Amino acid sequence: MPRPTARSVPVSLASLASLALLAGCSGGGPESSGGGTAEGAGSITVNASDTACELTEQEAPAGKITFEIANKGSKVTEFYLYGTGDRIMGEVENIGPGLTRRLIVEAPDGGTYTTACKPGMVGDGIRAPFTVSGRANRSVDTNARLAEATASYKRYVTSQIEALVPKTEEFVTTVKAGNVAAAKAQFPVARTYWERIEPVAESFGDLDPKMDGREDDERTPGEQFTGYHRLEKDLWVDGLKADSPAIADQLLADMKVLQARVAGVELTPVQLANGAKELLDEVATGKITGEEDRYSHTDLWDFKANVEGSQAAVAALRPVIDEKDKNLGPTLDQRFAAVDTLLEGYRDGDGFKLYTQLTSDDTKKMAATVDALGEPVSQVAGVVTAP
Amino acid sequence: MSRRRLFGLAGAGAALAGAGAAIAGSVVSRSAEPAMQAAAREEAARDPVPFRGQHQAGIVTPAQDRMHFVALDVTTTDRAALVDLLRRWTRAAERMTAGAEVSPLGALGGNPDAPPADNGEALGLPASQLTLTLGLGGSLFDGRFGLAGAKPAGLAELPHFQLDQLDPRRSGGDLCIQACANDPQVAVHAIRHLVRMGFGTTSVRWSQLGFGRTSSTSTAQLTPRNLFGFKDGTNNIKAEDPAALRDHVWVAPGDGPDWLTGGSYLVSRRIRMHIEIWDRTSLTEQESIIGRQKGSGAPPGKPGEFDPSDFAMAANDGRPLIGENAHIRLASAAANGGARLLRRGYNFVDGADGSGHLDAGLFFICFARDPHRQFVPMQRALASQDKLMEYVEHTGSGLFAVPPGVGPDGFWAESLFG
Repeated sequence: MPRPTARSVPVSLASLASLALLAGCSGGGPESSGGGTAEGAGSITVNASDTACELTEQEAPAGKITFEIANKGSKVTEFYLYGTGDRIMGEVENIGPGLTRRLIVEAPDGGTYTTACKPGMVGDGIRAPFTVSGRANRSVDTNARLAEATASYKRYVTSQIEALVPKTEEFVTTVKAGNVAAAKAQFPVARTYWERIEPVAESFGDLDPKMDGREDDERTPGEQFTGYHRLEKDLWVDGLKADSPAIADQLLADMKVLQARVAGVELTPVQLANGAKELLDEVATGKITGEEDRYSHTDLWDFKANVEGSQAAVAALRPVIDEKDKNLGPTLDQRFAAVDTLLEGYRDGDGFKLYTQLTSDDTKKMAATVDALGEPVSQVAGVVTAP
Repeated sequence: MSRRRLFGLAGAGAALAGAGAAIAGSVVSRSAEPAMQAAAREEAARDPVPFRGQHQAGIVTPAQDRMHFVALDVTTTDRAALVDLLRRWTRAAERMTAGAEVSPLGALGGNPDAPPADNGEALGLPASQLTLTLGLGGSLFDGRFGLAGAKPAGLAELPHFQLDQLDPRRSGGDLCIQACANDPQVAVHAIRHLVRMGFGTTSVRWSQLGFGRTSSTSTAQLTPRNLFGFKDGTNNIKAEDPAALRDHVWVAPGDGPDWLTGGSYLVSRRIRMHIEIWDRTSLTEQESIIGRQKGSGAPPGKPGEFDPSDFAMAANDGRPLIGENAHIRLASAAANGGARLLRRGYNFVDGADGSGHLDAGLFFICFARDPHRQFVPMQRALASQDKLMEYVEHTGSGLFAVPPGVGPDGFWAESLFG
């Protein structure tokens, strides 16, 4: 959450909270993978292991494409089909060892896509090009592309919150069991899904302060310091207290309210673009400063998640960006890649170095790299709404 | 369209002229300048200075009242991206020095869903004699951009001078941009927008604001005072002295790589002044340390500011009237084998130091044809002998090659990159 100011909360409330129900959207996502049958061509089998991602076909005609992903490795894996700029065309997460899941993706345009398996559900995954043939010059007007963009991002938000709820549940259970070491390990992992979709979560001005507020935020008298950061302080500084389990339960209850409300959110393209920018603002003011995770110092996990969320929103808009400004997309690709490369240098196992391990030179480099990305991302809203 | 025309402020010059006359006529005025002259100067202070020419503006341009200086590091390794930025900077700099917004759509003409290309803090302000001057640091020639063979000898690192307390966070840089204007908002606006354009290609290394000029670079200007209260730059090289500019400021053919011919070198030194200590020093002592009279700026025993100093003249006790360690003697051309500098520094106060003292001083800038022959020996003498060193501390340092002026269709540093 950004530091609350007199203007930030009312603005975000006004901009997002009064939202109509989402119009039905077609297209692929994990939710459509349950038992639907594929149209047309037969399905493509993906043999996913801990070290390989082998597809029985590397190309398919435009339209609905069905993947059957068989996890033959020992780690939980994910499978993605990406468009240009890592636009997520479809994804399946949480495929346990030995399981097979189906993904039906709508790929309406011919061109080069990318497949990726992510054993361990971390990093960029094992990638390969994937060719979609035919209908390369599908005539779709800008409005249709914008509708596809918002629907695509909505799928992303839904997928994140579907992971966020069980990860939060796991964290809450561990806190209630009094297992401090395990809870500390789960804290930054659960927050990853939160931080990726933070502008959407923040749009609910009543939930965000309860779930992601800081100890020194101004509160109405009688209101308690609750949420992630209260538990963070308990785990890292004060030790678990008598009311820690109740605080944990409340966090999960609030998360489920958030999930229910997100289902009804309808976002505009400008909100997507501004959300992408706000996530980078968050990085600049909350993460590179070490402000947000001031007890755990796990700021780089949040940093990474904010950038991933920003990239997802930009990627959803990518077809419109490419239509309006051919130079912006490649610049965005290059600048997002630079942030990724920089952050990879601070990896520590599956996670990251702590904020307290960073030097002023490190944070200076991070600020310069995020500034470099923030400028082109701030142009996206204007580009997608340009006549 | 200029910001000024956009907002229809054509009458403001006349209003200012009236204000100048009122101040000049009042008994509390500290100005010795006649009212008509002051009014004309106020009017000229609003005008634009041509951006293009044989030499970059901001060197012999009559020193403006305010400065914002920035040193940047280049963060890309892509030479084409750097050259593209230099081209875009050139267009923006030419617009802003003419009093226009950074780009044609400016602050209000763009898509309202997009952030404005120009933030607009200079809307309604005249050009204010804004000059933007680009310099290239020695680190730019380290091989990242294929420039190692083009590094001029003058960019060899400055030596460590006695008592130097240099802070790396206030020193060095791949590039520098000096913005000078008669309105501080205009100078800051220019730097802010050039910095913004550079994100992804450059990153700010350090930056310095100067609130008042400490040098005059034209005979038409009065000599200003530094924070020691003394007139500074009386003997400076002036725009009206082409022989001195040729000999001491501009890099001549054969001096070094051809790309720098017509350019110069810029040395910056952030000189913290311990003004609280200085203020407890007697007038006699102050004048003896500097080697000039505080009121008139004249050398000891002489009536006029511009009277030449007589370094041989003895006082009644037989000792030299201008002390062996007086600032003016050590810094004089006579003491430095005839070497001179074009100085263009600014007073600064960067808030407080946390110990109850103002963080104040002089941001020294000089331009020289060969800094190692002109600046280095002079600074070496000052650092080891000048009594003034008890009151100052050098906390930042920069050395930059200043490419020649920008031609009709050219861009900044085109002679190096083109």
